[in-house]
Amino acid sequence: MTAAPKAQPVVQFAGVSKSFGEVKAVDDISFDIRRGEFFSILGPSGCGKTTTLRLLAGFEAPDEDGGEVRLLGETVNKKRPYERKIAMVFQNYALFPHLTVARNVSFGLEQRKTPKTEIEGRVQRALEMVRLNPEVFSGRMPGQLSGGQRQRVALARALVLEPAILLLDEPLGAIDLKLRKEMQLELKALNQQLGTTFVYVTHDQQEALTMSDRIAVMDTGRVAQLGTPAEIYENPRTAFVARFIGESNFFDGRADRRTGGQWVVARPGGGTFEVPDHPSVSQAQDVRIAVRPEWMDVQKPDSIPPGENALVGIIRDIIYLGETMHVIVTVPGTGDVTVALRNEGQLIKPLLWKRGDTAAVAWLPEDCQILEQE
Amino acid sequence: MRERALAWLYTRPEARAWALLAPGGFWLIAFFLVPLLVMFAYSLMPRGIYGGVAPGFTLEHYTRFFDPLYLQVLKRTFAWSIACTVICLLLGYPVAYVIARSTRWRTLLLFLVVLPFWTSFLVRTFAMIFLMRDTGLFNSWMMKVGLIQEPLTILYTPFAVMAGLVYGFLPFMILPIYASLEKLDQSLLEAAEVLGARPAARFRQVTLPLSMPGVVAGSLLVFIPALGSFLTSDLLGGAKQVMIGNLVQNQFSSARNWPFGSAASFIVMALVLAAVTWYLRVRDAGVRIVPPK
Repeated sequence: MTAAPKAQPVVQFAGVSKSFGEVKAVDDISFDIRRGEFFSILGPSGCGKTTTLRLLAGFEAPDEDGGEVRLLGETVNKKRPYERKIAMVFQNYALFPHLTVARNVSFGLEQRKTPKTEIEGRVQRALEMVRLNPEVFSGRMPGQLSGGQRQRVALARALVLEPAILLLDEPLGAIDLKLRKEMQLELKALNQQLGTTFVYVTHDQQEALTMSDRIAVMDTGRVAQLGTPAEIYENPRTAFVARFIGESNFFDGRADRRTGGQWVVARPGGGTFEVPDHPSVSQAQDVRIAVRPEWMDVQKPDSIPPGENALVGIIRDIIYLGETMHVIVTVPGTGDVTVALRNEGQLIKPLLWKRGDTAAVAWLPEDCQILEQE
Repeated sequence: MRERALAWLYTRPEARAWALLAPGGFWLIAFFLVPLLVMFAYSLMPRGIYGGVAPGFTLEHYTRFFDPLYLQVLKRTFAWSIACTVICLLLGYPVAYVIARSTRWRTLLLFLVVLPFWTSFLVRTFAMIFLMRDTGLFNSWMMKVGLIQEPLTILYTPFAVMAGLVYGFLPFMILPIYASLEKLDQSLLEAAEVLGARPAARFRQVTLPLSMPGVVAGSLLVFIPALGSFLTSDLLGGAKQVMIGNLVQNQFSSARNWPFGSAASFIVMALVLAAVTWYLRVRDAGVRIVPPK
């Protein structure tokens, strides 16, 4: 590792674009990744997250005058992957089928001309780090391993190089749920214990929220929002982010008047709701808000707590999900609004309601997430 | 009736397997195994006066084969077949590699590789005679350009035979190698690269070992037919470049010595079997691939 100043970002994207023919896969993205952080790139398929990772790995180069990719302060636009100080875990693991587990793990060390005497010990330590017993697994072939074991070998093969940056391309995609949860925690622990910068690509928002220090949400080749999991969940900048991370209900209207530090928004179909003051809201302007289902409640239309926003509709369905229940209320002018109620044992609130009832969905003005117009 | 037969087969996997094997199996038994046994029997019988065999038992045809004259032919045949295989491998691997990596031109290139099969091998070999003879295309062009004053003797030399063999068998090397390279998972190459392997190391340590099944299949598909070939050496080598195939063919036709021809065939067959077994052993010792569960 170079003796770069601590404050210097490990990875910098400076106005990076990458096109494939007519398609702009990555469109003018700029962000920094800090030393040692767990950084996730999150988005649906086709959003450019994999291309971003491949630009970082060196499998793709940015367009001509398509910005700069910098690793540890050095511009690497034209550098091949083997000239970069990175390691990578692939989606399908990409273990060499003709080499034993030990040879797979030592492959990178051999390329780097590591002394033979050193290799064996490092391979052993790397396998132990990912909780594979070297005595049992060293001599096995990848074809003899389960999916989870292959995943661990792939991780050991990358970590054995003690890279400054570890790239992970949806590495848990093919593993079953229980093992995936376990691996998420292990990855997070390895990130903290080794001080390696992790750059993690995923389409699974839950996974990104669980593990990341910061998340870049990507949409059609651009970074839609960058922030900590809490920032992104609680203050999504756009409707895309609000919809992609968790669930959201959307309400539209026009800022009508300002009273007591709040804006009263008039809905097109009649009725109003209030939103807190926000720099992007001004008189007679279109406003779009998102509200999380778990921040809403279902109330009788005649007993709405004072100060809360409420919209009246008809209960269309009640869905039992175990720890929560979703009450779906059809509100005229908005459509279906989902309210998530916690299952509180004997006080099962949804049982008070049934399909076809007239009910109001209610929420606090502070829980409105004011979205930027896309 | 038909339904009942099918239902009966459905419940008995073994009967089903036999039913599927029967037509092809019958063909092989009737037209391969039986003639082979007949030939083996002939090789142990005295020669008939007007061709064919006479009743009796003898090993003379096998002992006769160990005459230095025939051993010389055998040695040459093996040497040429091995050389032909190696040349096909050296020429064919890069072609297969380029075809497997190309996207736009793949279909066209594969078509070009297979194109020669549209014409009979005999016709193509005659075409090579026109190309290589003293007044042929190659010599007349070279003389016209002024590179040579006298025509080069190409036809009826070992070079001509080798050129003909390589030309004839090259597609059999290219196609299996192409098949195994085409299956090669691109992410393995990327993994090697990101782990620090430069292009040469990546080829040596990943691409080549993983394309070994194709190399092995291609080598066998070239080596074995090359060993038994007689047309190329006959037409392009003249009488001077006799291979074992010519010898056998000759015994069955003009020499009218069927038992000796049969004995020679069996000796070659035994040697091929031994060579192939050895080759596969060496290959298996080098590369061990356990298929994924």
